[in-house]
Amino acid sequence: MSARITPEVVSKVARLARLTLSDEELERATVQLAGMLDQFADIDALDLDDVEPMSQPIPLANVLRDDVELRSLDRDEVLAAAPDAEDGRFRVPPVVGLAE
Amino acid sequence: MPDSDATVALTAQAIADGVRAGTTTAVEVVERHLAEIDRREGEIHAFNTVLADAARARAAELDAQVERGADPGPLAGVPVALKDNMCTRGVPTTCSSKILDGWKPPYDATIVTRLRDAGAVIIGKTNLDEFAMGSSTENSAFGPTRNPHDTSRVPGGSSGGSAAAVAARFAAVGLGSDTGGSIRQPAALCGVVGAKPTYGAVSRLGLVAFASSLDQIGPFARTVHDAALLLEAISGHDPMDSTSIDQGPLELVAELDRGVEGLRVGRITDLPEGANPDVNARLEEAFDALRAAGATIVDVEVPAFGYGLTAYYLIAPAEASSNLARYDGVRFGLRVPAPDTNAMYMATRTEGFGDEVKRRIMLGTYALSAGYYDAYYGRALKVRRLIADDFARAYLDADVLLTPSSPSVAFAFGDKTADPYTMYLCDTYTIPSNLTGHPGISVPFGTGEAGLPVGVQVLAPALGDGLMFRVAAELERRAP
Repeated sequence: MSARITPEVVSKVARLARLTLSDEELERATVQLAGMLDQFADIDALDLDDVEPMSQPIPLANVLRDDVELRSLDRDEVLAAAPDAEDGRFRVPPVVGLAE
Repeated sequence: MPDSDATVALTAQAIADGVRAGTTTAVEVVERHLAEIDRREGEIHAFNTVLADAARARAAELDAQVERGADPGPLAGVPVALKDNMCTRGVPTTCSSKILDGWKPPYDATIVTRLRDAGAVIIGKTNLDEFAMGSSTENSAFGPTRNPHDTSRVPGGSSGGSAAAVAARFAAVGLGSDTGGSIRQPAALCGVVGAKPTYGAVSRLGLVAFASSLDQIGPFARTVHDAALLLEAISGHDPMDSTSIDQGPLELVAELDRGVEGLRVGRITDLPEGANPDVNARLEEAFDALRAAGATIVDVEVPAFGYGLTAYYLIAPAEASSNLARYDGVRFGLRVPAPDTNAMYMATRTEGFGDEVKRRIMLGTYALSAGYYDAYYGRALKVRRLIADDFARAYLDADVLLTPSSPSVAFAFGDKTADPYTMYLCDTYTIPSNLTGHPGISVPFGTGEAGLPVGVQVLAPALGDGLMFRVAAELERRAP
């Protein structure tokens, strides 16, 4: 499977994960990811066609609670822990208008 | 280990008994532990933050309660070391990552509230592999923790700071989180008891998420009894965690003296190889000890056990890649300024995350990405089911299972950092119980190479925590 792991694939994955890799990091990540996927090939031979996926350990239905007001976090305290805030809101650089 | 003062050698139970009875004070207990931290923390680096002033103030408050005739609770005056991925209101919670630099949580984790309600004293926040990703505490942005038994070796991980703090008597007990063995493996390497309870037995509210379907908080202690006492205090339903099991606290302490007469202890005949001879020898002695105590040893098979590592290292990074998407420089911690939001996200995450965290985020992103989802994440979830089914069959014939906790004793710094997969193999024996949600405990059982501690792991089915502790207590009584 790891034949598919090329620097282009890793570069795309890094972009999806919002990470920037230097050329050297990209090269190393490609080798490491390919190596790991080689190790993970042990499950390739398993016949899993009729196996139900298991996404959590304890079977749970929707967990509901009564629709009552609860105290939420203190806004000022939350904003005080943020990198930047203004007028009771998180402050960020422009979202649109600047081309990448 | 050198014992500078008898007070720091006391068990949590003895401390709580003394404080409640007024024969010792919480202030005295805290001062002695802080003195021990002063003496050796420079060498060990178990803590990211030592909460000396807060612990002193808290202790004085507890003593005042006792003075007034009030009972502070079952953990009265007990110093607890808290892994630094559990939220403490107004106190830095770093996950040993640069990306949470300067962040102070606006709320307490449920376990913090429960510790307070039980009369405990949080003495510090302990070091970990960044975001709990690792098996040696070498991945911390703040430098590694050293093993108190041999400072040239790792304490294990990712909860290496809590394990080392309890082993070095900086605290009577500690809390860690276990996603693939991060409590049990460092417990084994540091010669202390460490337990991962059944998934859902302890609230995860305020535990910074790594892999939500696998993460579980659990205790470190120097005795099985103390581990049981602490776990009882923090367990039980929390309406704020929708994966919390809707039942009361676990009942564990009452199980400890029941012995193992008539219990069926399973030996997994197709257990993956890779444990060192010294570890396997102690495991055999543990079987002998339980047989001598009246248990029956039965052979069971868990054919899919060995596939756990692959399933785990696809599922956990997949969940992590999603959970760690929230670190984008907007709401907490580090922000690296950039002209627009996307560039800011990229710069912040690139600067803030360490190598192992980036590796796992990319692995998880790959496993979840279009075209690869079915081949990797989807198949891993099916393998998870195979493993759960195999354990269910094994538990028809055995009440508990015994395995090594870690393939080896504590290893040297740098031994396993060159190839990430070598480090992942540390989790071979602990991972399956995270995938299934079952409990597991590591109990010190003699020593191996270089006289270093060896741990034996007891596994039990879901909500078999009491049974598991009962067997662990017998092993402790019969440990070499």
